[in-house]
Amino acid sequence: MSVLQVDQVSKLYRASSFGGDVTPALRQVSFGIGAGEVVTLIGESGSGKTTLGKIILRLAPATSGRVLFEGSDIAALRRSRLRDYYRHVQGVFQDPFSSYNPIYKADRVLELVRGVYFRHVGEREWQGKVESALHAVALNPGDVLGRYPHQLSGGQQQRLLIARALLLDVKLLVADEIISMLDASTRVDILNLLVSLKRSGLAILFITHDLSLGHYVSDRTVILRRGAIAEMGDTGRVFGNAQHPYTQDLLAAVPELHKKWHVAAGRTQANGTGDVRTATPDGAVRDRARSLTRTGRPHRPAGTFEPPLLTQFEEDHFVAAAEP
Amino acid sequence: MSVKVENLSIAYPTRAGQVRPVDDVSFSVADGEIMGLAGESGCGKSTLGNSLVYLEGRMRHLGGRVELDGADLPIADVRAMRPHRMTKISLVPQYAMSALNPTRRIGRLATDLLRSHGVRDPGVITEMRRRLALVGLGDEVLSRYSFELSGGMRQRVTIILSTLLNPSLLVADEVTSALDVSTQRAVGEMLIEFRDRGFVKSVIAITHDLSILAQVADSILVMYAGRLAEKASTGTLVKAPLHPYTQLLLASLPEVGVRHDQVTLTGIPGRPPSLASPPPGCRFAARCPFARDKCAGQRPPFEEVLPGHHVACWKVREGWPT
Repeated sequence: MSVLQVDQVSKLYRASSFGGDVTPALRQVSFGIGAGEVVTLIGESGSGKTTLGKIILRLAPATSGRVLFEGSDIAALRRSRLRDYYRHVQGVFQDPFSSYNPIYKADRVLELVRGVYFRHVGEREWQGKVESALHAVALNPGDVLGRYPHQLSGGQQQRLLIARALLLDVKLLVADEIISMLDASTRVDILNLLVSLKRSGLAILFITHDLSLGHYVSDRTVILRRGAIAEMGDTGRVFGNAQHPYTQDLLAAVPELHKKWHVAAGRTQANGTGDVRTATPDGAVRDRARSLTRTGRPHRPAGTFEPPLLTQFEEDHFVAAAEP
Repeated sequence: MSVKVENLSIAYPTRAGQVRPVDDVSFSVADGEIMGLAGESGCGKSTLGNSLVYLEGRMRHLGGRVELDGADLPIADVRAMRPHRMTKISLVPQYAMSALNPTRRIGRLATDLLRSHGVRDPGVITEMRRRLALVGLGDEVLSRYSFELSGGMRQRVTIILSTLLNPSLLVADEVTSALDVSTQRAVGEMLIEFRDRGFVKSVIAITHDLSILAQVADSILVMYAGRLAEKASTGTLVKAPLHPYTQLLLASLPEVGVRHDQVTLTGIPGRPPSLASPPPGCRFAARCPFARDKCAGQRPPFEEVLPGHHVACWKVREGWPT
């Protein structure tokens, strides 16, 4: 059974509180996350991926649709039940530097959790909890406790925030672009940490714009385009056998170390020296740029509120009808 | 040689003492070459790129010279650099998205910019229209404000503005990093096309993203903690890197098609040294799995070990077994 079920969730943003244009940020999005599963939510800027993360964390209300956590609608949670919800569902965000108050020591984020959830826990028991949470994220307590945020690396800061979530009885972690601000050499350590947490039963919603990171870490993938699901299913099938033209375009644009862009797009141009020149066929840049100018902005014509129809392509692989 | 940098050192004064993000750096960029300058945050790559064009108030030129098209570039003298900027050497700064004045329409911005550099030829604006069309932007962009454009459009406009007078060298700092993959590709291809059409002779593309450089750069220079680690042609650097740092960095990048259950990638343990008190020897020694005593004590020279392939590493130089 799914830990979290997103059911027909839509979100409309109005340009001003006195009416004006309505922008659909999410259009009837539905999917589930099971225990011990990493679901990657991939989308470009303006696709609605962060909005969905916020709705799941109750930081923004959905316009319509429901989010069910262990079967109950999270929109109805109040007071102590909401506090219980946050005991089980926690978020970590893109910018670790702004998650800390630079005036206080970094481990204050742990103390704040104690103030809300563990007021009656003794000092010794608390220390034990902190140590095991830090251990789970491969942090050495001596390296981080009592330090100020600026004394920690970005990777250490993100680990500490994940440790904070682990202090609670967390069942679902919403990780919104948590590694995009980290250096390449520390990114993969955080990804491997997510994999080990998942193996211990945690459900993870990994939100990213980076296809290779998403592919590395996830079991299932949801590709969002303009607020609606374009393609979703088993990660291997979605990436290995992409059906939606949007997914195919995204995959073709991913910069890879050992494959040039135009080779991926089937436009190999070899010159005399045997190595592939990076010359682009005349007009290709312009065409690509034109199509971006057309679709790159989050402005949508009226009447696109209805999401495209999702159909099953194969087992655990769903594809939406192409939209203009 | 289009650009030649010799023993360049740039410092920032801080309360903890002088910090040298660029420490005795020498390299050259050939005509027509797009050189990628890669490294992790704080390695000095942006300081190096910026110092070639505009020495900010806090930056101190400690020594070294820069030659552009055979003539000395007075980088230490902010005033003397002015006639060179935009005409011979241009910078697309990091966060170029916010480099455009939001109170001026793009067309006005362009004429202001040109006038301040003493250019009154209306033909330049005609050329700008032509270049806008080349990257898929219409004339109407000229009458728009910067905030009316998407990130990718703004990035393209900024690159067009900085290359309008066909400079010899363009320093492009993280021009693709805040963009979505498809826009990233369009901007990357634009750099190549501008080089191919001779709008710029050479480009130094600064980024932390090696995969983007693998697409657009002819050669890649890797920096670590203020020093140069390795430079080679893109193909060589990606397929046969020699410096342990480059090797580990490449090994930590997941590619599409790699899953955690098939391959476990590993990061590089540890952190770069503080630039306020860098170690005397190789700066990567503390994180390097191959380091010996010599590495911590003596600085490895940055030298050509194979044709066109420069490395600063004792292991490579003395042929230690892996």
